[in-house]
Amino acid sequence: MALAPIGVMALDARMIEWREEGAVLRVRKHGENAVILDVLTEGHGRVAGVVRGGTGRKLSAILQPGAQLDVTWKARLEEHLGAFTVEPIRSRAAQSMGGRLALAGLNAVTGLLCFALPEREAHPPLYGRSVQLLDLLGQDELWPLGYLRWELALLEELGFGLDLSSCAVTGATEGLVYVSPKSGRAVSRTGAGEWADRLLPLPPVLLRQGAASTADILEALTVTGHFLEHHLAASLGDKPVPEARARLLDLLRRSA
Amino acid sequence: MTKATSDIEDLIDLMARLPGLGPRSARRAVLHLIKKRGPLLTPLAEAMARVGTTARECLNCGNVGTADICDICNSEKRANGQICVVEDVADLWAMERAAVFKGRYHVLGGTLSALDDIGPEDLRIPKLKSRVASEGVTEVILALGATVDGQTTAHYIADELAGVSVTSLAQGVPVGGELDYLDDGTITAALNARKQF
Repeated sequence: MALAPIGVMALDARMIEWREEGAVLRVRKHGENAVILDVLTEGHGRVAGVVRGGTGRKLSAILQPGAQLDVTWKARLEEHLGAFTVEPIRSRAAQSMGGRLALAGLNAVTGLLCFALPEREAHPPLYGRSVQLLDLLGQDELWPLGYLRWELALLEELGFGLDLSSCAVTGATEGLVYVSPKSGRAVSRTGAGEWADRLLPLPPVLLRQGAASTADILEALTVTGHFLEHHLAASLGDKPVPEARARLLDLLRRSA
Repeated sequence: MTKATSDIEDLIDLMARLPGLGPRSARRAVLHLIKKRGPLLTPLAEAMARVGTTARECLNCGNVGTADICDICNSEKRANGQICVVEDVADLWAMERAAVFKGRYHVLGGTLSALDDIGPEDLRIPKLKSRVASEGVTEVILALGATVDGQTTAHYIADELAGVSVTSLAQGVPVGGELDYLDDGTITAALNARKQF
């Protein structure tokens, strides 16, 4: 009889702990010296935790959105917020703060990830794509196309992916010029018929065709934006899509 | 608890809410104030009561003072065509401690933050634009933090202020800094902003 409570205590006293690499998504001040850090990891998804002393001179330089960190998360119980200890792997601050497109892009990526991903749900493919995209920050000629591909991956990962392989009506694989705003499937001109004006235009860049100019990418982002707003956001209780995405598109529009 | 003890406990509770103080240090501070009642406690209470009735935000720049327009905005000597944009009053005070900048200031009251839903209308950016137009400003110096939010705000303001020179503080190795102890972001920024020696 006496052993059971001792065993439970011993189990309670044991800390849950894991260590992984992650990208910083968001940093919020908590009390005077601490911050609540949101990181995206491969094995644990988006995880929040307290970093004590996070507002200090040393740590605040490391804890910037986009930074790649080695994080150790500890908590007494799984449902606790938990605490992080962090080691820098690489900062992306210089690349992201160097230009307005990079900054706007970083804000859009971190904003959308915080908006769309539930906490503690692993999405390894999306993690890989996100880290690749963050590594491209500062390369303004490559970044917009990379961002478009990333938005497609985000939709795919969360169950709202576009199927552009064949026409939803005729099954044809050629002449695809529309996307159904409901199903996200491609539609050919023949298949669209009198419904054409109710469908979204399918820019060639979404089929990996054409020159992928900024104007083409913007047109494609209008399509992904429809699914982010009307499908993904609707599934999350109609939260508005982060304003940072609109600012990025505005910047791209001005540079087109 | 007696009434007298309760008053002191109330004071300790209030002091413990100040930044940098916890219940223990608040208790020590209150005990010290009680011991130094004549030279410290009474003048402090009077000063706090005075500031409590007179402190206000400058209607022009957002600085904290005891008049509607602060001393810096009232001084003709500071009207040299330069406005230094800072995030917070603490940053303004830090700039004034350095005693290098001789122009006027503009306190934004925060930075843009998409994640925290802070947009341009939540900051004093419209007021900055009207000041630039009405005060004969030739240069706007952006002294915002070297953070993602700080630099996002800086780019937004630069876009909004067409037709006036917009500069920003340099980023790089701090005075007394050793490279070995700097993060790689700071080293990259410093290398990008290198100058002829």
